[in-house]
Amino acid sequence: MLTEIGRYFIFIGHLFTNREKFKTYYKLVLEESVSIGIGSIFLVALVSFFMGAVTTVQTAANMVSAFIPKYVISQVVREMTILELAPTIIAVIYAGKVGSSMSGHLGTMRITEQIDALEVMGINSISYLVLPKIVASILMYPMLVIIAGVCALLGGYVAGTIASIISPFDYVYGIRSSFNDFFVTFALIKSVVFAFLVASISSFKGYYAQGGALEVGVASTQAVTNSVIAVLVADYLLAQLLLG
Amino acid sequence: MIEVKNISKTFGDRPILKDVSGTFEKGKPNLIIGASGTGKSVLLKCIVGLVRPDKGEVLYDGRNFFEGDRDTKIEIRREIGMLFQGGALFDSKNVEENVRFPLDVLTKMPEDEKLDRVNFCLKRVGLENVNAKMPSEISGGMKKRVGIARAIVNNPNYLFCDEPNSGLDPQTSMVIDDLIQDISEEFSMTTIVVTHDMNSVMGIGEKILFIYKGEKLWEGTKDNITHSSVQELDDFVFSNKVMNSMRGK
Repeated sequence: MLTEIGRYFIFIGHLFTNREKFKTYYKLVLEESVSIGIGSIFLVALVSFFMGAVTTVQTAANMVSAFIPKYVISQVVREMTILELAPTIIAVIYAGKVGSSMSGHLGTMRITEQIDALEVMGINSISYLVLPKIVASILMYPMLVIIAGVCALLGGYVAGTIASIISPFDYVYGIRSSFNDFFVTFALIKSVVFAFLVASISSFKGYYAQGGALEVGVASTQAVTNSVIAVLVADYLLAQLLLG
Repeated sequence: MIEVKNISKTFGDRPILKDVSGTFEKGKPNLIIGASGTGKSVLLKCIVGLVRPDKGEVLYDGRNFFEGDRDTKIEIRREIGMLFQGGALFDSKNVEENVRFPLDVLTKMPEDEKLDRVNFCLKRVGLENVNAKMPSEISGGMKKRVGIARAIVNNPNYLFCDEPNSGLDPQTSMVIDDLIQDISEEFSMTTIVVTHDMNSVMGIGEKILFIYKGEKLWEGTKDNITHSSVQELDDFVFSNKVMNSMRGK
């Protein structure tokens, strides 16, 4: 395992050596951003909407005391969404969708000798193929997290008001009451770290895939598993560092 | 000219190449032949620098590839064109983008010049009006031709071909062989072809290096390959039914 971690850091180091022209990366980053960002919006919005709806219903079900005002429900939904659901749970989904795709793409390029073709041309294949993916991920994932947050709060509003769990006024009041804007900054810091981890770990796994289609599949699975573990560990460390 | 001196390579505890030396001449196809699993592809990968040998030197017109600094390596790599076994075309790019790729990344050539060069290379390999096709839309033989066009688009000094005929019918194989030979002579390239196809050997084998179990056992030309005193080479050459029937005559 230590060897693997060492290889990962050497891999990250290669991202920044012998780079190509800026113009080359600019185009690649745009292409990756469209693929990562636009391609994930629907799934992220859908998952977040239902996450917010379920959180509202379940929080309300746990509020058994009549002394707790109704707007506390949306306060809880807001804090859970901003602090954990939007950045972390969406990161798990992001690892499953984008991470496995990155790993599969690079793994296929490896076994079909496309990466060797780049190396023979004198191109740093790690920098050329992986750096745009990481940059695009760091640019797009925080935006997905913002979309996820908005959709989750919207989902909570729809579920809460349709089922008459909470009035629209109370829901909006709860969302705005005792708002700590640092939590948004915290969520965005987390999202940048998670975006880097998912993109770099998935690319690492795909880049070093060897064998055939079966091994590429294994590499994709490992990419998702390792990314999720890294995200959860980083989640705890960041919470301890920034909120502890 | 490319010189290989005392190349050895071991994977784990399994020796793949044992002290292989040889010289590859300019302007004609140099063949590395041998049965599957004898180490010829590993030797080619050592020569182009995709695999670092445990011991030995590779000299490109006197420039030591592995001992040179990073700039020398990049300089040599940018003089290399390579045709891979499966073509190794980039799936996400069409034929024109694939062939143009080395020019886009490695040169500052104006766009119209790039297009002219791409069309020239595609025409040279016998492909026209396929610029917009994706790799998945063309046949195996066409992929190999596009691979050759991409390999020569940057005017390389050295051309490497790893099993250029694998998966192709005999007629297309002959076309590809002739193309490699013509291009080597026309552009005065040092070309190395790895193959186990006896048709290629007898067709374009101006200079042949025979590898057996990681060792170079024989070096010569197609004219004297059938008269060698090396038993392993005889077994390899005459394992082909056509060659065997010729031997009888």
